[in-house]
Amino acid sequence: MTNILEIRGLRACITGGREVLKGIDLTVAPGEVHAIMGPNGAGKSTLSSVLAGKPGYEVTAGSVFYKGVDLLSMPPDARAREGLFLAFQYPVEIPGVNNMYFLRAALNAGRRQRGQPELDAQQFLKAVREKLKLLDIGDDLLRRAVNVGFSGGEKKRNEIFQMAMLEPNLALLDETDSGLDIDALRVVSDGVNRLRDPGRAIIMVTHYQRLLDYVVPDHVHVLADGRIVASGDRHFAVELEQTGYAHLCDAA
Amino acid sequence: MSDVTIAERPAAGPEDILDSIVQGEGYKYGFFTEIEAEEAPPGLNEDIVRFISAKKGEPGWLLDWRLKAFRRWQTMDPPDWAKLNIAPIDYQAASYYSAPKSLKDAPKSLDEVDPELLKTYEKLGIPLGERAALAGVAVDAVFDSVSVATTYKDKLGELGIIFCSFGEAVREHPDLVRRYLGSVVPVADNFFAALNSAVFSDGSFVYVPPGVRCPMELSTYFRINAAKTGQFERTLLIADKGAYVSYLEGCTAPQRDENQLHAAVVELVAMEDAEIKYATVQNWYPGDADGKGGIYNFVTKRGACRGDRAKISWAQVETGSAITWKYPSCLLEGDHSVGAFYSVAITNNRQQADTGTKMIHIGRNTSSTVISKGISAGRGQNTYRGQIKVLSAADGARNYTQCDSLLIGKSCGAHTVPYIDVRHPGAKVEHEATTSKISDEQMFYCQQRGLTAEDALSLIVNGFCKEVLNELPMEFAVEAQKLLAVSLEGSVG
Ligand SMILES: Nc1ncnc2c1ncn2[C@@H]1O[C@H](COP(=O)(O)OP(=O)(O)O)[C@@H](O)[C@H]1O
Ligand SMILES: [Mg+2]
Repeated sequence: MTNILEIRGLRACITGGREVLKGIDLTVAPGEVHAIMGPNGAGKSTLSSVLAGKPGYEVTAGSVFYKGVDLLSMPPDARAREGLFLAFQYPVEIPGVNNMYFLRAALNAGRRQRGQPELDAQQFLKAVREKLKLLDIGDDLLRRAVNVGFSGGEKKRNEIFQMAMLEPNLALLDETDSGLDIDALRVVSDGVNRLRDPGRAIIMVTHYQRLLDYVVPDHVHVLADGRIVASGDRHFAVELEQTGYAHLCDAA
Repeated sequence: MSDVTIAERPAAGPEDILDSIVQGEGYKYGFFTEIEAEEAPPGLNEDIVRFISAKKGEPGWLLDWRLKAFRRWQTMDPPDWAKLNIAPIDYQAASYYSAPKSLKDAPKSLDEVDPELLKTYEKLGIPLGERAALAGVAVDAVFDSVSVATTYKDKLGELGIIFCSFGEAVREHPDLVRRYLGSVVPVADNFFAALNSAVFSDGSFVYVPPGVRCPMELSTYFRINAAKTGQFERTLLIADKGAYVSYLEGCTAPQRDENQLHAAVVELVAMEDAEIKYATVQNWYPGDADGKGGIYNFVTKRGACRGDRAKISWAQVETGSAITWKYPSCLLEGDHSVGAFYSVAITNNRQQADTGTKMIHIGRNTSSTVISKGISAGRGQNTYRGQIKVLSAADGARNYTQCDSLLIGKSCGAHTVPYIDVRHPGAKVEHEATTSKISDEQMFYCQQRGLTAEDALSLIVNGFCKEVLNELPMEFAVEAQKLLAVSLEGSVG
């Protein structure tokens, strides 16, 4: 079976600035959940951004294959329509644009790409209800403009809800746990657990251990100074909790 | 066929035919090829004014009115206070009476129409059946619309609503025209209004009798005829006591005209307890990417809330023209009268818009709302200019103004020029203004959810304009949204 993601020797810099990713190798198979940990400023968000195609970064070396095709040659919106989803560390506000309207536009963009018929308002609403139930999220967010006036927790829940609706092949969750109180963390991680699927891979970026108590990863990596300096299985996270990753960072 | 529009001119009698030739609209009926109208030489003088009036068979009082306007116009200078960069206009070089176009020049089928234009129609979602007619193809659809129009006209007639061309109103309802013409915008109100008063070609007239609620949206023409609107349009709309009317002007389809100079006047009169909603979509040719060849649009629009509790609301979507100079205003004369102005103005490439409103609080407990959304892209320059005036007798006057500007790119400009003139100590006047940019983060967020850059931009812009789009008649709003997207094409990389 084709890997969902194969990153080989990826190096990237801020456009016109310094190098942030200094040779990343990572392979992710369908159904797997990977956690990427590491100190602030290590390049975790940059890795997510580069994979999602955010402007402002320049790939200088290496390759990324996504479902067997060259990811880096695809524009960002095409990556998304091909099932790559990024849950933003800081979800963006779009005033005046209804959350539901936005999501339906996004969903139908993906369906068009896959040659599926677009969902009309009623079909869409039905799908929304199902996912809300699945995730145990209230419908209060739906009537509002995209992320406008949402609390930190509401924004993160909204990201997970979008992910549930868009049913990606690869989900990158960038610090989805940060800034959440314990209840919100539980809602979000329950959501992520429900979205685990044999056809889907999830990469969770975090610098706290506590998320991994709720969403148990198959693989854990430590990213420090632009490189993956250590990897292990689910037990590695527990180990890290005791030792910290300072000693790994020094090695980098 | 849209069921909310109504043609201003139904069955064509001999008089109508003559009239329509004089207006330069002859070919819309499709069978006047041989009739050639005389043409006035370029230039403007009293003889030309007399010529226009004679061509239209106008009564003496109207000719006198035109002459009075012309004499005043000669003493006036074009306004120079707007933030518009306009090369001097040679008013003597223009022709003020245009002969009808020959049918020979009209395309015979859609195959002969510029494919770019057809693509635009498609993007705007204009029904297939209307595209040919909009593009000026001489087809049967035009006849269909005339007959549908007749049905509507009958229906309106039963309610006592008058809806006809200005020329027809002068002939059929001279007393009404005489009573109200110039009563809101006096002949010498400003340079362009005076010019219009002297040489106006034609336009629309609406009268809604007391207590009557007009059951449908009125539009100047069927959309298919909108492309041939006159250069100097004159509109007069009266809602008598307790009447209600919603009026739609313009068309989302791009409109071209060989006359660069346009100066329209619209007057609204709302009597006691009457309500007028006036919506405009303006999409005149903006010129090429360098601004060459675009329409100069100088418009005077004003409504008087003459009776107590009268309401007037202006909603406009301005996307076209090289130059837009336009300030739809309300005179809040009656106690408890209400004025509103909702505006979206887009400037792209080299377009310049200086637009806004005036709310003049005269009566007691009058209130007004102003929501203006200016969007600048390319090298466009967009100015909001608004005046809120509260006279000393206007107890309890209130105004709320919200003025938002959105910038797309680095070479455009947005400017806000509020004039607040309050002569009553108890007046409540609030003004809020914001300027924002479409951020790269917003664009990327949308794209990361699968939207193309164009769709992302359109979504963000429509969100920005939402409060105004909500004020448009429903099906108009859908077209207007698409129009915003089309207007901004090419402004993201
Ligand atoms: N757009 C940017 N402009 C300038 N510096 C950036 C940008 N993005 C990331 N960086 C820098 O790159 C480094 C890695 O940042 P980031 O990927 O956000 O780290 P992490 O998510 O692991 O905390 C940091 O030093 C950060 O300041
Ligand atoms: Mg980060």
